Amino acid sequence: MNNWFLRGVAAGVKTEFAPAGDVSESLSAGLPATTLQVSDDAAAALARLCPTRAIVAAGPVAEVDPDRCVLCMRCRGDASPVQWRHDVQVAHGEGSRARLGGRFARSLHVRIVDAGDCGSCLNELAQLAGPSYNLHRFGIFITPTPRQADVLLVVGPVTRQMREPLIAAYEAMPEPKRVVAVGACAASGGIFGPSLMCGAGAAEAVPVDLVVPGCPPSPYAVLAALREVCGQKQGRAT
Amino acid sequence: MTSQIFRELETICPDIVWETEDRSVCARIPASHLRAAAIYLHEREWRLGTLVAREYDRSLEVRYCFYATLHDGWLQLLVAVDPAERTLPSIVSAVIAADWFEREIEDLFSIRFTQHPRLGDFVLHDDRWAENLGLMRPHLKPDEVKEQRREWTPKRVLEEEGSFVMPVGPIYSGDAESALFLLETVGEDVVRAVPRLFFKYRAIEKLAEGKTPADVLLLAERCNGTSAIGNGLAYCEAVERALGVNVPRRAIALRTFFAELERIRHHTTSIREICASTALTVAASQALWLEERLLRVSGELAGHRYFFGVLELGGLRRDFDTALLRSTTEQVASLLGRVEELGTALASSNSFLDRIEQIGIVSAEQAHTFELVGPFARASGVAADLRVLQPYAGYSDVVFDVPIEREGDGYARLRVLFAEMKESLRIMRALELPDGTVHASPVSGAGRALGWTEAPRGASVQWVEVDRAGAIVRYRLTPPSFRNWHGFHLATEDFAFQDFPIILATLDLSVAENDR
Repeated sequence: MNNWFLRGVAAGVKTEFAPAGDVSESLSAGLPATTLQVSDDAAAALARLCPTRAIVAAGPVAEVDPDRCVLCMRCRGDASPVQWRHDVQVAHGEGSRARLGGRFARSLHVRIVDAGDCGSCLNELAQLAGPSYNLHRFGIFITPTPRQADVLLVVGPVTRQMREPLIAAYEAMPEPKRVVAVGACAASGGIFGPSLMCGAGAAEAVPVDLVVPGCPPSPYAVLAALREVCGQKQGRAT
Repeated sequence: MTSQIFRELETICPDIVWETEDRSVCARIPASHLRAAAIYLHEREWRLGTLVAREYDRSLEVRYCFYATLHDGWLQLLVAVDPAERTLPSIVSAVIAADWFEREIEDLFSIRFTQHPRLGDFVLHDDRWAENLGLMRPHLKPDEVKEQRREWTPKRVLEEEGSFVMPVGPIYSGDAESALFLLETVGEDVVRAVPRLFFKYRAIEKLAEGKTPADVLLLAERCNGTSAIGNGLAYCEAVERALGVNVPRRAIALRTFFAELERIRHHTTSIREICASTALTVAASQALWLEERLLRVSGELAGHRYFFGVLELGGLRRDFDTALLRSTTEQVASLLGRVEELGTALASSNSFLDRIEQIGIVSAEQAHTFELVGPFARASGVAADLRVLQPYAGYSDVVFDVPIEREGDGYARLRVLFAEMKESLRIMRALELPDGTVHASPVSGAGRALGWTEAPRGASVQWVEVDRAGAIVRYRLTPPSFRNWHGFHLATEDFAFQDFPIILATLDLSVAENDR
């Protein structure tokens, strides 16, 4: 016989402080940092290297769009001029539109919708509810029904056959509601879209408030984005 | 052995034309002999690897790729199809595993398989798309892909009064992948469950056309992000075989190392999902934590928690320090010790065992006829493992066992997962890591070839054709979940509704991988 309760207690607390800044590669594969000043040739070479047009050359400037980066790793390494950052604060949106605050500060319910995800973003989201990340301590919960959800969390490029279910889920949610697009696919279509069967991300189907780039983003990056929606103050301490 | 089979095939198909194509044997046969040849191979324990349809400007062909299970070797049957008539005889009555392949080809290439029991609504859903869209035909223009709304009602078997179909999905549960399940029920008990998949169809094979082989590797890795090495390596091997690239010995060893590390992490995920499906939260949390540790070990080593960007055509993107690989192995070994403790605790938890024993039973005979793959098949007593049957990468140099269970129920599948992880560690420890480069000298040229791996969920079989300009003209991706979803209904006959998530978790099927 097993006493799972005692086993749980004996394992001790595994939850970590949520980092607010840079983390190690064990937590995040990182993203290329924005805009680089290099030579004309170097910028063009970097742009050619990139399979998803995350790097675009404009004269001597290599403009980097992290939303498009699928971590092919070609512009990574000692020989590359591209700087990589391993920050968990990568979510971005328009102004403070994403913030719900108020009574949502410690009670936020999230409905995840898989709109064509490869599985790695979903797996990272599963980790969020695990002991290491423990999103529940921030008053954030994953709910199975859109009727009780405040946040629609979209992963995947939005395939043609998932577009309508995604919109239906959004419409079933009560007001006020927010949409968070997680991962390169939901942010921009990633490696799959826009194409015959995939869109260019969640924003084509539902109004996106926050984008969390990464392929996949660190669970801490998603956690930081959800806490942003809550309006929680995120310290610098780790 | 193989030559005798080839001779006997010649008596079955007198019009056979042998071709050697990039070191694999192809037999061009007329469609009228296809069924007889398929029956012959099937009876001699050759299994279906994949079907590849390929449309050129003025010709259309389907290749049936079989592999031997009693000895080494692959055989491809090439059948030309009249592009105007677009019909082929179905081989489903002899080779049940061809069922979904034929349905897929019918949907995407508009080839009709005569005597196939059930064509129609599959990849492209009938309520959204017109018939005969021909999505995979060459020179398709995007504006030809038009939607056409129609009524679609699921086929029902139950006629009893009060019976109904309960739809689950495509969006359901907390972080589940999108798929629709039609549960036919008379109340509490579900009589049968029919999956409707491909909501996540991204048309990866179509996307690959015209891209460089290096860019298609990104698609192969991301077809199922939790099995990037499993599917990515099969693709690399296919391209390397097609172009005659010699992969350095160190790269081969490191690829094997990463494939096994991925298997360990993947199986931990599956165990976690099984624990979570039975609502055993403490065990699920502990498995989640162990999985997170393995992800961190992976990220620390490779710079990516899911090994994206580790592989490169001809080798690996970068080399890894041998001492680091060895210390990683020992870190993994100590985590595996914790996983085993969890396994021991689970094995003595009656409430847990009550929920996973005797559910979702698939017999050895069923697993064999449906040619299921991976841990799913091995839990039903079928020793299907491409690492042993058709060794690739570094697997012919290491000794390991393929754990088999007989019961074919949920618990047998769980035990197979635990046992396989130990073997994976054994392989990681036994691998010799020779010195040298991990990059092959770049090779260009044209060619076509098969590549295969035993991915964490089972056999991944891929076929590529590269043209003289160095572009992919056809990429065929057959991941293990596509094979195993075909056997899903075997495990979901006459069960109690509350067992559904548990059966689903023990089957360990990826929707992303199937939908592609």
